[in-house]
Amino acid sequence: MMHSPFLRPAPGVRGVMLTVLLALLPGIAVYAWQFGAGILVNLLLASCTAVAAEAAMLRLRGRAVGLAVGDLSALVTAWLVALSLPPLVPWWLTVLAVLIAIVAAKHLYGGLGQNPFNPAMAAYCAMIVAYPALMSQWPAPGQLDFGAQLDLILGGPRNIDAISSATVLDALRTGLRTPGATVDALRQTSPFGAVGGSGWEWVGAAYLLGGFLLLARRVITWHMPLAFLLTLALVSGVAWLIHPAQFAPPWFHLASGGTLLAAFFIITDPVSGATTPRGKLIFGAGIALVAWLIRSFGAYPEGIAFAVLLMNICVPLIDMKTQPPVFGHRGGESP
Amino acid sequence: MRALRKLFSFNGGVKPAPHKAASIAEPIAIAPLPERLMVPLWQSTGAAALPLVQAGDRVLKGQRIGAADGGLSVAVHAPSSGTVLEIGPQPMAHPSGLLAPAIVLATDGEERWTELEPVNVGGTPPDALRDILRDAGIVGLGGAVFPSHQKLRPGAHGTRTLIINGAECEPFITCDDMLMRERAAGVLRGAMLMKHILQAREILIGIEDNKPEALAAMRAAAGSEAEVVAVPTRYPAGGAKQLIRVLTGIEVPHGRRSTDYGVQCFNVGTAFAIHQALDHGQPLISRLVTVAGNVARPRNYEVLIGTAMREVVALAGPRPDTNRYIMGGPMMGLPMPGFDVPVVKATNAILAGSPTLFPPAPPEQPCIRCGDCARACPADLQPLELYWFSRARNFGKAQEYHLFDCIECGCCAYVCPAHIPLVDYYRYAKSEVWAREREKEAADAARQRFEFRNFRQEREDSEKAAKLAARNAAAAAAARAAADSPAPSATAAEPAEPAAEGQKKALIAAALARAQAQQAAAPPRNTDDLSAETQAEIAAIEARRQEPATTANIAGGDATGTSATPTAMPAAADKKKALIAAALARAQAQQAAAPPRNTDKLSAETQAEIAAIEARRQQAARLPPEPAPEPPREPPLEPPK
Ligand code: SF4
Ligand code: SF4
Repeated sequence: MMHSPFLRPAPGVRGVMLTVLLALLPGIAVYAWQFGAGILVNLLLASCTAVAAEAAMLRLRGRAVGLAVGDLSALVTAWLVALSLPPLVPWWLTVLAVLIAIVAAKHLYGGLGQNPFNPAMAAYCAMIVAYPALMSQWPAPGQLDFGAQLDLILGGPRNIDAISSATVLDALRTGLRTPGATVDALRQTSPFGAVGGSGWEWVGAAYLLGGFLLLARRVITWHMPLAFLLTLALVSGVAWLIHPAQFAPPWFHLASGGTLLAAFFIITDPVSGATTPRGKLIFGAGIALVAWLIRSFGAYPEGIAFAVLLMNICVPLIDMKTQPPVFGHRGGESP
Repeated sequence: MRALRKLFSFNGGVKPAPHKAASIAEPIAIAPLPERLMVPLWQSTGAAALPLVQAGDRVLKGQRIGAADGGLSVAVHAPSSGTVLEIGPQPMAHPSGLLAPAIVLATDGEERWTELEPVNVGGTPPDALRDILRDAGIVGLGGAVFPSHQKLRPGAHGTRTLIINGAECEPFITCDDMLMRERAAGVLRGAMLMKHILQAREILIGIEDNKPEALAAMRAAAGSEAEVVAVPTRYPAGGAKQLIRVLTGIEVPHGRRSTDYGVQCFNVGTAFAIHQALDHGQPLISRLVTVAGNVARPRNYEVLIGTAMREVVALAGPRPDTNRYIMGGPMMGLPMPGFDVPVVKATNAILAGSPTLFPPAPPEQPCIRCGDCARACPADLQPLELYWFSRARNFGKAQEYHLFDCIECGCCAYVCPAHIPLVDYYRYAKSEVWAREREKEAADAARQRFEFRNFRQEREDSEKAAKLAARNAAAAAAARAAADSPAPSATAAEPAEPAAEGQKKALIAAALARAQAQQAAAPPRNTDDLSAETQAEIAAIEARRQEPATTANIAGGDATGTSATPTAMPAAADKKKALIAAALARAQAQQAAAPPRNTDKLSAETQAEIAAIEARRQQAARLPPEPAPEPPREPPLEPPK
């Protein structure tokens, strides 16, 4: 017999995931416009791999395939993986990354809702550790036509010069190793745009737009993005004020790399993130702090992925320690 | 016009579509007198009433036919004049489909009243007034059916504010709305009577702001006697705790009486019933019922208690695809086991359901920890954590996360994108906790019995030894005396006797001390400091889930759940019935023995409830730790809204 509540209008997991996919569209469109249609090929590749892997894993685990694939969560993971990777990595790297995300990070931990680590970030970290060279080849905007991009994705010979335009974070890091180099001097050079990396600023703005859609549709709350962006601005701002020659200014951190994609789409992954309001603030702030430390002092140019995984580990503790007070048990002694 | 009252708010809540307009188009109608009335003896929280009539007796309308059994019980009355056909087990207005004792009347159509005596309220002491209300069968008519006389005791520091709850936040239900529109003066009069009994200083009448007509009617009736406050429309604003919070800012924690915080809250229907009981001497024999849902003409009816729901719904023109009734609203209502269950004091609404109106829940998906449930929870719980702990059968943790503060409002399940029947999990967890509590109590009792037997054994042994020693000593002394001199042997034997006496006393003292130490060391039980209200609430919780489907649903998804139920039911029903009968008998015996006061121990009624759950547990499918396999068919996907 069915029990109350008898009204169940909630849109379903599929509805939530669909909104996330929709919110990613502006970012993807700008990405393709700035850096060529290669990213679309990657997205398609990632999507197919994800759906196939999801279906295979569900069958192996003896679960109903239709419903679970239909929840679209695998597609969201696939898109986030593809958007995090450099756009011109060979096809097998994309496939491998998605497989790691779906099979290892998601299903080996028990499937949707059970994974302690953000699948997209787990895959990203695995790739950057395994293929550091391929993972640092980013194109400059408008550099290659679609045919050339397709050729690279399909595993054509990699003319390093054409695609070695490192990300701004990378350029900054290596550039600062040369004696006498300063942030300001470096930012006059090629990969840098007005605020962040040239071209990437626009992509970031489009992600921001998508993020507002998620906020408006109440798929995410403001806690994590705000805590993340504010903390990042704060720590980078303090460091920059103290030593402007060695540290990038806060707006640079906010506008470059995966900052905005992460703020609204990656750290907000509900399954592997904190759930209480205060916990979300701590979680977002923690990621920002660790990411900035890695960006500024670590071995990898982009620290968000590792920061996310690190904070994922802390989630149970954060949630446990930040349980909000329950109705009637708030402050003060009862009479 | 006085200054606007500062309102507070509660967190969470949801705004389901109200569906109220249809049933307020027409005024309240009086449902026709049925030929047969089935008056359950057990209609309120607490013990069932004791029948005062026998089969064949002629009764008058309003005549008391069941007497209150103890403090947490109220009387029941004949809703019309006629003849008692039988007293025996009848279907209950309860999802369990259980039978419970009821008095069946054949009405004679004459509607001859018994003699009604209006009460001189001013000249009657409050205790007597409370007794009158108990004997008039007055219970909370908002759906909780808690005996009102029990709530009309001023708290330790007096009751400052009397709150009359006209919020009526559940979708579809409009009986309070219509009552306030049409009978505002009676509601207000009832409120003033309660204010008098409670010696309260002010009356606040809280009404959701989507009922402008009711607000206007109550304002006109209230004058300066009471303050009518429009509260924001948001489910569950009509929950007693939520309304108290909104109107006064006070949060009454779970397990505490609101009178301890200087407030008390009654439904508008209860106020009206109290007015009728005291001013007209008329007991509670009818109530307003909203008939809505899958019917052609939704409307409010004044229905005699005991009328079959089928007859009431028939007045509103049920559509042919009606497949079940829900008693109450769609958020917290109870699915009825059949169409012929009687209208009871708790029946504020009957919703005719159909597969299109209330479609079966979509298949349960994994929790994605989105936190929507936590944002919707008016009790500020973390429903997702409660869900994980309940599902993992980690009930201790669930309690740590305040499982028992859950008011089962359904907001969490309403918003959950994974369509998890969260409230079912909490009901399940709560019943498991109570079952364990009871097992532990039984074990404690057995241990005490065992220890007492050991102690008695020990005492008897040592007494024997003492006696033996005394006898030996006496013999020895006698022998010595005989040997030494012809002195009287009694002098030697005498000191031995008091020694044995002292030893016995010491043993008893030691045993007592041991028992006390044990009691002090025993961890405080959940049940130890519960108010009568909470115990009643527990009883209600338990009563609501004496049914295998609850757990079967959780265990197997809808497909397995529904297929398992029909086969499991008949076989289990007999055993269950027997167990419940036994529990009821036990409870009554206990009640006769114990003074029915607000004790700090579990009440007999609660124990009866718990015994009933045990019956349920024995046959209910256990909650599997792993999610059950999904139904084999390809389930329809929820169309995006
Ligand atoms: S609303 Fe449902 S899916 Fe979301 S966290 Fe709560 S239980 Fe999980
Ligand atoms: S049913 Fe319980 S947990 Fe769910 S929203 Fe209501 S009070 Fe909170």
